[in-house]
Amino acid sequence: MNPLIEVRGVVKRYPGVVALGGVSLKIYEGEVVALIGENGAGKSTLMKILGGLVNQDEGEILIDGKQETIGSVARATEFGIALIHQELNTLDNLDVAGNIYLGREPTVLGIMNRAKMRADAGALLEKLGLPISVDTPLEKLSLAHKQMVEIAKALSLNAKVLIMDEPTSSLTLTETEQLLEIVKELRGKGVGIVYISHRLGEVKGIADRVVALRDGKNAGDLDQEHITHEAMVRLMVGRDLERAAARDSVAGADRLVVKNLRTMRYPAEQVSFEVKAGEILCLAGLVGAGRSEAALAIFGADQPLGGEVWLDGNQIPTGLPLNAINAGICLVPEDRRQVGLIVEWSVKENITLPGLRRFAHAGLIDRRAETDAATTQSKRFNVKTPNLDVAVASLSGGNQQKVVVGKWMMQNPKVLIMDEPTRGVDVGAKAEIYDLMRKLTSEGVAILMISSDMEEVLGVSDRVAVMHEGAVTGVLPRNECNEESIMRLAVGKGRKG
Amino acid sequence: MKGLLRKETGIFVLLVVVCAATAMKSHEFLGIQNLQNTARLIGMYGIFSIGVGLVIITGGIDLTLGSVFALLGVLLAMFLNPKENDFPWPLGWLDNRFWPWPIAVIAVIAIGALLGTFHGFLITRVKLQPFIVTLCGLLFYRGMARYIAGDETKGFHDAKGFESLQNFATGSLWGFPITFVILIVLSVIMWVVLHRSVYGRYLYAIGRNEEAARFSGINTKRVIASAYILCGLFAGLSAVLIAFYTNAVAPSSHGNFYELYGIAAAVLGGCSLRGGEGSVVGILLGTILLQVLQNLVNLLGIPSSLNYAVMGAVIMVGVLADQLLANRSAAKRAT
Repeated sequence: MNPLIEVRGVVKRYPGVVALGGVSLKIYEGEVVALIGENGAGKSTLMKILGGLVNQDEGEILIDGKQETIGSVARATEFGIALIHQELNTLDNLDVAGNIYLGREPTVLGIMNRAKMRADAGALLEKLGLPISVDTPLEKLSLAHKQMVEIAKALSLNAKVLIMDEPTSSLTLTETEQLLEIVKELRGKGVGIVYISHRLGEVKGIADRVVALRDGKNAGDLDQEHITHEAMVRLMVGRDLERAAARDSVAGADRLVVKNLRTMRYPAEQVSFEVKAGEILCLAGLVGAGRSEAALAIFGADQPLGGEVWLDGNQIPTGLPLNAINAGICLVPEDRRQVGLIVEWSVKENITLPGLRRFAHAGLIDRRAETDAATTQSKRFNVKTPNLDVAVASLSGGNQQKVVVGKWMMQNPKVLIMDEPTRGVDVGAKAEIYDLMRKLTSEGVAILMISSDMEEVLGVSDRVAVMHEGAVTGVLPRNECNEESIMRLAVGKGRKG
Repeated sequence: MKGLLRKETGIFVLLVVVCAATAMKSHEFLGIQNLQNTARLIGMYGIFSIGVGLVIITGGIDLTLGSVFALLGVLLAMFLNPKENDFPWPLGWLDNRFWPWPIAVIAVIAIGALLGTFHGFLITRVKLQPFIVTLCGLLFYRGMARYIAGDETKGFHDAKGFESLQNFATGSLWGFPITFVILIVLSVIMWVVLHRSVYGRYLYAIGRNEEAARFSGINTKRVIASAYILCGLFAGLSAVLIAFYTNAVAPSSHGNFYELYGIAAAVLGGCSLRGGEGSVVGILLGTILLQVLQNLVNLLGIPSSLNYAVMGAVIMVGVLADQLLANRSAAKRAT
């Protein structure tokens, strides 16, 4: 049997970098191939070539055994290749049917045939077993459902090969399970699936084959029976990584105290908890449980409806990040590209922005002091960048996150709020970020972490506060944390606390 | 803040080409009289263009300037000639008051800054869009100018009592028109402010990504409002100089289109209307290019009816060239 797609020795060069140095990949009918590798390993480039967004410089691509040039998105669609990006391409103001048939709306005499569109879309959703109506505006859907709308769209194009880039990075556990079910179903129908993910647990659960890339080359393949966490990590980083080791809690006095905080999203609920000096408190829960809203309110980015934020016994005025930052509360936001960084700006300018006044005399920036400080921070956090004047946008996710952390470290924070600190971050950088968190807590910093990655929640937290629909349903000490106890509280079955 | 140098180089080359072509066609172009007059105009337009540039860098816009010049011009003329002018209701209390000229000038500039404060308030606190706020201002201030002046042209006549002001505003320093001197001083100050100060960095940060700036602890509302205040302040200063340049303020036409000259200069000079980009040198070059084009139309005997067409075409060429260059360099480093 010919593979649906065969990639042979593909090379792609960008000025100064070889993104792919001769990569090969086969995708057969009805199998899930997991493509793994650290950020910058070449996964995205390979995917862009298959999706017709860029052309390879060397090597060939065979589709059904015939050599073809893809070259454009339209051609890729013709070949039955569909690409689902990490950032969704759905339009929030249109409904489900409108999104699926965007740009290909069935018409009668130039007028949109809504009835046919709805019927076709309905049939697709049924095929996927999606419990949503075709009339629902996308803005009302969860991220997981939006993602499934994208999958429906790909199917409506008769996709034979589905390429999914980090499809679960922003999904909760339950949503992830739903998505994986659908992936399995598609596999059963003969679709070839390329599944790109940093979440190795998931990969282990779903992949028929693992293909690892490292530095733009094939680093090795694993058959289903050989897929283990350790084997995958070894292929990706070329060495064994030590797992996050359990650590002794060094928690001291209450540092951050949140009292009766009420947010716009859940006006009827009040959130109270405290984080001790040197402690990592994790806010766990499903996406939409109100965790990020609470974080934004504590930081002052959103005005809370009520409640108090106290730091070391002093009340912090809410409603302006400036006040929180001056007091020593810093936020590594969930959406680092939109609010964590000015991505068009250089590494240096981003690192120094919050503390710019420190390098200024009479309002004028001392540029040498600025450069020195940025150099120090970027070295300290091992930001991999050619130089400090490179736009942050060109760095990998992990390195961008290190820049965000670096910019706050200049402020000597007392409390660091980290919202999904390792989302879209590769294995190596993840370990570095965990190391950093441990180091900060040993210096007495209180860390409030929000995470939907169960492995992370269990691995790094000293205590876990679980939220459900805007309320804290329970706080678990480390020795009572396990997947089950957290999930029970996350779905609202726990005691009120 | 990258790529500014390239943008400035592009417009500088365009400016040199236009100047060389004009100089070849007309020997008057480099005559001392013509250069002085052009420099005077450059000074007048440059001062408010820098103000508009600040607002554009934050991602905003100010459309009010032309009408503000008419309103402030009318007020200035009426303040300085209290005997000949009656203020209409409800400003009757201003009648027959003697205003020493420094007070009148300060009052006019202060009103400019006050209007800017008002715009800043509506934009940052009431959260109205800058385009809408200043579009309403454009209409409203023009109407107020005409109403206060009773739709009559207000002049300075023989400048009795404020001769020194008139001499200053229309005069020269070592052969350089005073407006040009003021522009150069202002440019140096604003260059330092924009490109070397914390405040300047904040302006660019807000223009690039207001949310990220706020999350970095910048008081974005205050900084944005301050840009409109500075714009109003510079507009007040320009208003005085423009009024004395024309020596008479016709409330229905004085300053017409000037807001667009300011925006055009800023855009030609590399400011992006999306915010976050632009430089003092660029805005200056944009202002100079616009004035040289005006001058070219006059000197080369091009029918003055084509005046706007020439300007529109050249701005389009400048922006197109810039875009083509940007596309090419984007294609080069595409990833």
